[in-house]
Amino acid sequence: MLTSIQSEQDVISIVESAVTRHGAKSESLVPILSEINQEFGYLPGEVLSEVSRVLNMPRSHLISVASFYHMLSTKPRGRHLIQFCESAPCHVMHGRQVWQILQDELGLEPGQTSADGKWTLVTSSCLGICGVGPVIIIDDDTYGNVTPERVPDILARYV
Amino acid sequence: MKPIRSLMLVSSDPESTRRGAQEVHRRLHREIKALDLDDEVAVSMIGDVGRHDALPMVIVYPEAVIYGPVTPEDVHFLVEEHLHKGRIAAGLQASDRELSGRIAWLSARRGTLPAEQRIVLARVGLIDPENIEDYVMYDGYQALGKALTTMSPADVINEIGKSGLKGRGGAGFPTGMKWRFVSQANGYPKYVICNADESEPGTFKDRLILEGDPHSIIEAMSITGYAVGASQGYIYIRGEYALAQDRLHKAISQARQLGFLGENLFGSGFNFDIHVHIGAGAYICGEETALIESIEGKRGEPRSRPPYPTTHGLWGKPSVVNNVETIANVPSIIRNGAAWYRHFGTSNSPGTKVYTILGNVNVTGLIEVPMGITLREVIAIYGKGMKNSASLKLAQTGGSSGSIIPASLQDTPMDFDSYARTGVSLGSGALLICDEDTCVVDLAKVLLNFFRRESCGKCTPCRVGTQRAHQILTAISEGIGTQRDLDDLQMLSDRLTEFSHCGLGQTSAVPIRDIFRHFRAEVDAHVQLKVCPAGACPMSGQWVSIHWAGKSGLSPM
Repeated sequence: MLTSIQSEQDVISIVESAVTRHGAKSESLVPILSEINQEFGYLPGEVLSEVSRVLNMPRSHLISVASFYHMLSTKPRGRHLIQFCESAPCHVMHGRQVWQILQDELGLEPGQTSADGKWTLVTSSCLGICGVGPVIIIDDDTYGNVTPERVPDILARYV
Repeated sequence: MKPIRSLMLVSSDPESTRRGAQEVHRRLHREIKALDLDDEVAVSMIGDVGRHDALPMVIVYPEAVIYGPVTPEDVHFLVEEHLHKGRIAAGLQASDRELSGRIAWLSARRGTLPAEQRIVLARVGLIDPENIEDYVMYDGYQALGKALTTMSPADVINEIGKSGLKGRGGAGFPTGMKWRFVSQANGYPKYVICNADESEPGTFKDRLILEGDPHSIIEAMSITGYAVGASQGYIYIRGEYALAQDRLHKAISQARQLGFLGENLFGSGFNFDIHVHIGAGAYICGEETALIESIEGKRGEPRSRPPYPTTHGLWGKPSVVNNVETIANVPSIIRNGAAWYRHFGTSNSPGTKVYTILGNVNVTGLIEVPMGITLREVIAIYGKGMKNSASLKLAQTGGSSGSIIPASLQDTPMDFDSYARTGVSLGSGALLICDEDTCVVDLAKVLLNFFRRESCGKCTPCRVGTQRAHQILTAISEGIGTQRDLDDLQMLSDRLTEFSHCGLGQTSAVPIRDIFRHFRAEVDAHVQLKVCPAGACPMSGQWVSIHWAGKSGLSPM
């Protein structure tokens, strides 16, 4: 379950706990941002400002790093993140049909979040589970050998 | 191709042909049919197998028995004995003595089933990866003890050098040489970095090693540290590999408790510890200098080389960066010696290689086999034949940065040298097997989409070139490609190779180069006839790019 920001105190305590765990070093920046991203589902602007203050790094540097890595997001995401692997091994196993049905079922284009805030649909490069392509990952759940017929059932498991 | 029991290969080099290989091949078919075994036994002609003293040769899998010279008159006896009675046809076997290096391993594994040779994956699936005692019971940490107590750092480097171990991440650089560079480099401290940012599409060998045998990597890194004079190691693991991260953390803490990590290991005065650095999703971070930038907390953009990480790596200090599979070989080599290791594989590419088998075969998965096996053997023996009895059209070796090879190259031994001679990259060991329903334009489009997405944007040839190449391939797949597009694509491919800053941009041209080289007619059909022969491309002619609308006159760079 994702956390939402209630007060300024929330921001300070979450940043503090991440920095304490990983250390206030430049090499800890990516792990710190990853942890915060996991907490909120993305990197809220006020959190980045706080990280910038605590680590004494320019905010622009943080944005430059955060926008580089696929697992970090500077925009809010839905409650559930669907990653669809679009690399060749899944593609050869008819991944395109799965992708089509995903888009149709959700009414979303890649990168979009549904109006009710439930889903965010993104394409991904290889997820490393290629023996069972096509592969989709929803939050932390991995689904392999996905067929177009299975997609509605899989989506129905999430509220 | 259906699941089969045996595979018989007949040599068909010019000398074999002169000595009647065609007739042997024909009679094999006839005899097999006569015994009603033609559903279970496949017979194929293969090219030069690198041995010329006993031609024509017949090699039978999975037992890997080599017969030769086989005359047409011998065929009845051979089939009767080997396939019908199930024993070796006495007197027909080729002599052991003159086996050339390339097929010596065939003989070494004769009579063993399965014919896999596991060094890197020896313990995977056999031990409890979360229990260090299991690892220790299966020879674990013996190599570290041996290195620290009986060998000097120079001895360790020499042994790895003599073993002929080459990097398994894709480039195939000799590991011993890399270690020597770092050990001789000025600067302190030095670092050992294990590259576990496995992101090459179709590759998951490192994940299985880390999930199944995490201690082997810890032991290997400690040995590396001792050899090069480093006391700190980093494992850079991709963010998506949650289970592997968890297992590594557990393994490290167990190793610390039992004194296999930390200070004064085995009373030798040598200290070593490991930090796990978790990535956040970026293919380019598998490039060693981008990986180092990423550890330092920056965008993972590759540095200019030289200087190489061996002298200017993490924090500007000498660093050795090795792939997971590469160093997973190290403990076995130290334990058993370089000479033992050289028994496996070919003389120029010793050892084994882990392959992932994917795509249109009956069985997908992971195998570890000696270097030098051929694609045909992999598909028939481990892939259990093509799915739905389809025929092989092409294979993509080594992930996105590898090569697209046509079925005609399926008998080339898969080792670094043989592949380099035919202009093929062995890459990371992914083998994506594709049947006739695969369209080469569609495949190249998917690959270029990958590169355009993963390009870090630092250099223009790659940032713009991959984007433009994907745009052109999309147009071709929609049936609106022109002759000019093909010329542009050719030029883009050349320029990506020549001018890109790092391997990502350089190898992004490979799919284009390969489909032009091997499948030019099929590409031309899309452009000139507006037809996709495989029936995979939409060819609807309605493609309008959101990003490029109105810019169709843009020239490629």
